Amino acid sequence: MTLFVSLKEAIAANVFDGDVVALEGFTHLIPYAAGHEIIRQQRQDLTLIRMTPDLIYDQLIGMGCVKKMIFSWGGNPGVGSLRRFRDAYEKSWPHKLEIEEHSHAAMANAYEAGAAGLPCAVFRGYLGAGLAEVNPNIRFIECPFTGERLASVPSIRPDVTIIHAQKANRKGDVLIEGIVGVQKEAVLAAKRAIVTVEEIVDNFDDVHPNACVLPNWTLKAVVQVPGGAHPSYAKGYYERDNAFYKAWDPIASEREGFQAWMQENVLNQGPEVFASRVAFTQAQK
Amino acid sequence: MNYTATEMMTVAAARAIRNDDVCFVGIGMPSAACNLARLTHAPDVTLIYESGTIGTKPDVLPLSIGDGELCDTAVTTVAVPEMFRYWLQGGRISVGFLGAAQLDKFGNLNTTVVGGDYNNPKVRLPGGGGAPEIATSCGEIFIVMKQSSRGFVDNIDFMTSLGHGKTGTEREALGIKTRGPSRLTTDLCIMETDPDAKEFIVTSIHPGVTREQIAENTGWAIRFADQVVETPAPNDTELGALRALNERTARAHAGK
Repeated sequence: MTLFVSLKEAIAANVFDGDVVALEGFTHLIPYAAGHEIIRQQRQDLTLIRMTPDLIYDQLIGMGCVKKMIFSWGGNPGVGSLRRFRDAYEKSWPHKLEIEEHSHAAMANAYEAGAAGLPCAVFRGYLGAGLAEVNPNIRFIECPFTGERLASVPSIRPDVTIIHAQKANRKGDVLIEGIVGVQKEAVLAAKRAIVTVEEIVDNFDDVHPNACVLPNWTLKAVVQVPGGAHPSYAKGYYERDNAFYKAWDPIASEREGFQAWMQENVLNQGPEVFASRVAFTQAQK
Repeated sequence: MNYTATEMMTVAAARAIRNDDVCFVGIGMPSAACNLARLTHAPDVTLIYESGTIGTKPDVLPLSIGDGELCDTAVTTVAVPEMFRYWLQGGRISVGFLGAAQLDKFGNLNTTVVGGDYNNPKVRLPGGGGAPEIATSCGEIFIVMKQSSRGFVDNIDFMTSLGHGKTGTEREALGIKTRGPSRLTTDLCIMETDPDAKEFIVTSIHPGVTREQIAENTGWAIRFADQVVETPAPNDTELGALRALNERTARAHAGK
């Protein structure tokens, strides 16, 4: 099996129409370049999972790739709504979007249960909350020892999880530093996993031993895409492009403007363009 | 020194934070208030954001809950499942500091949908994120929100996170041991939770604000405490720290 492939090959071999896909990243290390490749390859009927879907999910939804979204907070952090998400959900453009909505605690627990091979997650949550009344995948069980009423949700088991990370070594082991989010759980919960990285290094000899490392045998593909998390960020490489997150709101507010932006910046481009996008914000390495 | 109503609200909200609090911080106004507290009277407060950053001391306010600044200045950063399982659910957080789109007199909050019903909303908001569990697992809940009759309503359109429930008795009925919403700071006044009725009552009015103004901007029949005081105006230290923080933040987020 070839672990190191191009982004185009990685998506073509691992993401299929109708798949359940998680592109995770909790603000940090969001796999934008991989999301753009999915759009270029025109995948359809995807069920997208993510705790905090942001601009890349807005783009996938607006480009018609998505049937359903499972999420716990769907917005542009600090800016406002996801305009394409709302247009799809409220007005069925470009087509109808189903949603399954949870809390952060529920999704974090559901990923962890998926990684642990369990059918469901159990946690103390959703007490008195409205989502429990509208989402049939939120149920309650009784603790067999104390009788406490506890929330339960199905574990998350994506067909494919895609994450971005700082480094891989020559064997394909992956290192993540900083805000680690739910990425490790999302990879271990998935049937297949793709990791895009900033850099491939000879080894991790100079790294402290408990940085979050995913061994190569948990992955299907490792792809070097410098800048691949922009406008999100990669700690140690470049900072979050907050100005772009603000700029996205007017771009996404109208259907035509959105389509023109996607044509120019996604459909007419390749993953190599990401390196230039982070040049101005590149921190000292 | 002159100040705006928003500055008064932020300062008044910040004053409620104690130096030994461990505080789960919502983005936006709660984040401004919590960091102002840290930069003034509560330098040792532990601020926690749901991205996993514990004991963070950002120099500028984060635009998102996971800006690099939060991790770079934190005591430690943990995975999101650990944040929600060990730290929040484990009962290690004294205050949850939240905002909302809508709230009612019992401190029930809505950040999910406005108008219509859940499946056919007039406006789809981002959703609850961490709030449903923050509301029941933190020791108590502080809320900060600009006051208007559109946001302060008799009946919220969706129960994103439980305050004291629709009758004020739901927390006890559900076996929840934490205190729930205890304090609400607005641009007009400070409200505290009546220990018996569990509804918000006005206990402090900001300088220059009238009771009529407060009533007009509240969608329920607002009650005032027997002893209502005037909120002390922001002092020079508070205003100076807040303005410097906002200036640094605006500069940082403009980027490039």
